[in-house]
Amino acid sequence: MSTGLFLVQALNGLQLGILLFLVAAGLTLVFGVMDFINLAHGVQYMLGAYLGAALAAATGSFWLGLLWALPAALIFGLLLEVLVFRHLYDRDHLSQVLATFGVILFLNQAVKAIWGAAPLQVPVPALLEDGVVLMPGLQYPLYRIAVLCAGIATALGLWFLVERTRLGMLVRAGATNAPMVSALGVDIRRLFMLVFAFGAMLAGFAGVLAGPIFSVEPGMGDHVLILAFVVIVIGGIGSIRGAFIAALIVGLTDTLGKSLMPDLMRLFLDPSAARQTGAALASMLVYIAMAAILAFRPRGLFPARSG
Amino acid sequence: MPRLRLDVALTLLVLAALALAPLLGFGANHYLTLFARIMILAAAAVSLSFLVGGAGLASLGHAAAMGVGAYAVAILDAHRLTDITIVLPVAIVAAALFSLLTGAIAIRTEGVNFIMITLAFGQMAFFTASSLAPYGGDDGYTLYDRTEIFGLRLMENRLFFHYLCLGFLLFCWGFCAMLLASRFGRVLRAARENPLRVQAVGFAPYPFRLLAYVIAGTLAGLAGVLFANATEFVAPAYMGWQRSGELIFMVILGGLGRLSGAILGAVLFVLLETWLPNLTTHWKMIFGPLLILAVLFMRGGLIGFLGARRG
Amino acid sequence: MAEALLSVQGLRKHYGGLAVTNDVSLEVLPGEIHALIGPNGAGKTTLIHQITGTVAPDAGRVVFAGTDITRLSLPRRVQAGLARSFQITSIIAGFSVLENVALAAQAQSGSSFGFLRPAAGETVLNDAARNALNEVGLADRAMIIAGALSHGEKRALEIAIALATRPRLLLLDEPLAGAGPEETERLIALLRRLKSRYAILLVEHDMQAVFALADRISVLAEGRIIASGGTTEIRASDEVRAAYLGEEEIPC
Repeated sequence: MSTGLFLVQALNGLQLGILLFLVAAGLTLVFGVMDFINLAHGVQYMLGAYLGAALAAATGSFWLGLLWALPAALIFGLLLEVLVFRHLYDRDHLSQVLATFGVILFLNQAVKAIWGAAPLQVPVPALLEDGVVLMPGLQYPLYRIAVLCAGIATALGLWFLVERTRLGMLVRAGATNAPMVSALGVDIRRLFMLVFAFGAMLAGFAGVLAGPIFSVEPGMGDHVLILAFVVIVIGGIGSIRGAFIAALIVGLTDTLGKSLMPDLMRLFLDPSAARQTGAALASMLVYIAMAAILAFRPRGLFPARSG
Repeated sequence: MPRLRLDVALTLLVLAALALAPLLGFGANHYLTLFARIMILAAAAVSLSFLVGGAGLASLGHAAAMGVGAYAVAILDAHRLTDITIVLPVAIVAAALFSLLTGAIAIRTEGVNFIMITLAFGQMAFFTASSLAPYGGDDGYTLYDRTEIFGLRLMENRLFFHYLCLGFLLFCWGFCAMLLASRFGRVLRAARENPLRVQAVGFAPYPFRLLAYVIAGTLAGLAGVLFANATEFVAPAYMGWQRSGELIFMVILGGLGRLSGAILGAVLFVLLETWLPNLTTHWKMIFGPLLILAVLFMRGGLIGFLGARRG
Repeated sequence: MAEALLSVQGLRKHYGGLAVTNDVSLEVLPGEIHALIGPNGAGKTTLIHQITGTVAPDAGRVVFAGTDITRLSLPRRVQAGLARSFQITSIIAGFSVLENVALAAQAQSGSSFGFLRPAAGETVLNDAARNALNEVGLADRAMIIAGALSHGEKRALEIAIALATRPRLLLLDEPLAGAGPEETERLIALLRRLKSRYAILLVEHDMQAVFALADRISVLAEGRIIASGGTTEIRASDEVRAAYLGEEEIPC
């Protein structure tokens, strides 16, 4: 593989990592603070993509679509919290897995019922249509660079929010020791709702950003969800820093693996078999990485909970 | 304990109904196909219930072990090896070995990480199956023949197959119940509730849990052999996390902590999944909320619900 | 002097810069009650964790019945005859009282990789369990679900579980914690009955109980043993008074 192609794949990997981080950040906070497994976090990403696509089509502008999709995703997250999730906080993990699995079934199908099963195309906004010349003869889409920057900016903002503000301190304390925070007189339910809605919005944001890059289709959240879980488990549940590093690891591993593995397989197999086997092996790489990391560090790279 | 008798009685009633169904006019092929699906998934759910409710190991990768059994049938079929004397040992060894290797790592973790790592192993199995180009890859593999029993094509006899599945389900139920009541099962049950206490009387829970994981995985693998024969088809989706989620759902729907619950849950699940699509193509929009409502309002599952009704 | 059954030699444990266990040595002789006391935060719990094998010491040795057990896991130590009870009641709430104890008996009687016979029907285990329950006065509660016992009864059940592991030494971590006055009296009587047959390392806050039961007392403060000796010696020690000052009075 040429250096140029490698560079492109590495950028793609980083960008997948950033999107994963936006999804995983909410997931890990919800998990860390509320000890709540939310499988439906992936459909919130999907919903963001659909809302972004639909609103962009309705307003005729990607930017207006983005602007409206964020509060819509937030409100939707709140709605789900009030209707379903808050009744599950004191239940065991399996019950949470199941009920949120029900939410996935419903929303995947609802999206199909409303927008049809065929993928939606979201045009890249005109402002970012051009490419950037990485090196002579090699262009990289400006939109993807923008996604990378927006993701990094959000990550920095989030880091600031969690590490440097009072609210963030409560959230961090909640991730380490929820009963203590509650004993300090903080309205833990309100805090939960806030974290939850915020996480939903981040996932929705990732969905809107992903719209023009990946196809917007029912079930698109499922794959991302599983990868996001891999991210938070590798990173250590409840840790934003862990989620960021793990997201980049997962994004890079997945993307580079998918472009390198078929080439590697071609050394052993005929081309068509190499493509299929290589792709499947590449998909396995992140899970192998996760199993390997958990085998040596059963609580992830940066465990937030001390107890 | 009247509750115990009620759920066992109800389960026995269901099994009796399944035993008599072909004789009572439900012998048509589409009924038998449905029954086979119910019984095979119920058997897999029982093995999962043993693992989750008995040993406290909430695996979200149980379908993978089942899929290993199914793929053993498919891969041997591609090489024209269809006799049970080969298929059965290979499937058992493959499922047991898969469970042993994944379990050895997974059981080192706890709680949610265990759920996630079993899910990851399930996904690995899923993608491995997708990569098996000679055996159908993504598209799955259609069997040439059902498994033969000492050279006889008994499995193609629908009635024989029906009672074979029923027998296997009964075996799983009885076997898991026996294990849970034994010394081995007592350590498992104790370790589920209070692992520290178990260590403090002199047991290391790890080997007990690992063995339970291997046993449950092997039973699931056997269920996979039957499933492959029932559908005469094997696909990566058999191993996916959605299928694992469905198995978990059956266990919880029926009532965690009772093996019979898994059977009742599987019956209800498959019936719903078969009946709802008749109502609307968007049946999952009904199924999803039903699932949520079941979790929210039927604590203890069907059995808990029935028990509460009576009490 | 008799050979020590348990001998802790120069144990050290640091958490960051904090020495939680600082060169601790102590011995428990066969048939004696050796009490370990000390103000809150003295490092008693960490010390017990190191003796029972849930925390690994940075340095030092734990020798039990002549064997170095410093590197053994908790289950292996229990099998060697070192039983413990927990400060916070640790029983299997969903099991019957009998099955709680029978589980412990099972660890001492043949392999637990038995799959065919129902364990509840094994007379060997049930008899051993009933004997242990008899000793602590819970025989008539055998068939009750353990979670339904009163607090004092749960404390007694913990001791029965420990006894069923056929220990040579009992490590009792605040066996009286949370018990009412009547229950306390009953538990003290029970410990007195056990005293001749088992060596006991007793960690306890109830000073009255400690002085009534113990043959020897070691005082732990800030990770170090600051005094060790008979009850009269300890009562008279100024250092002990200083360590306890402001926390609780030593009854004289």
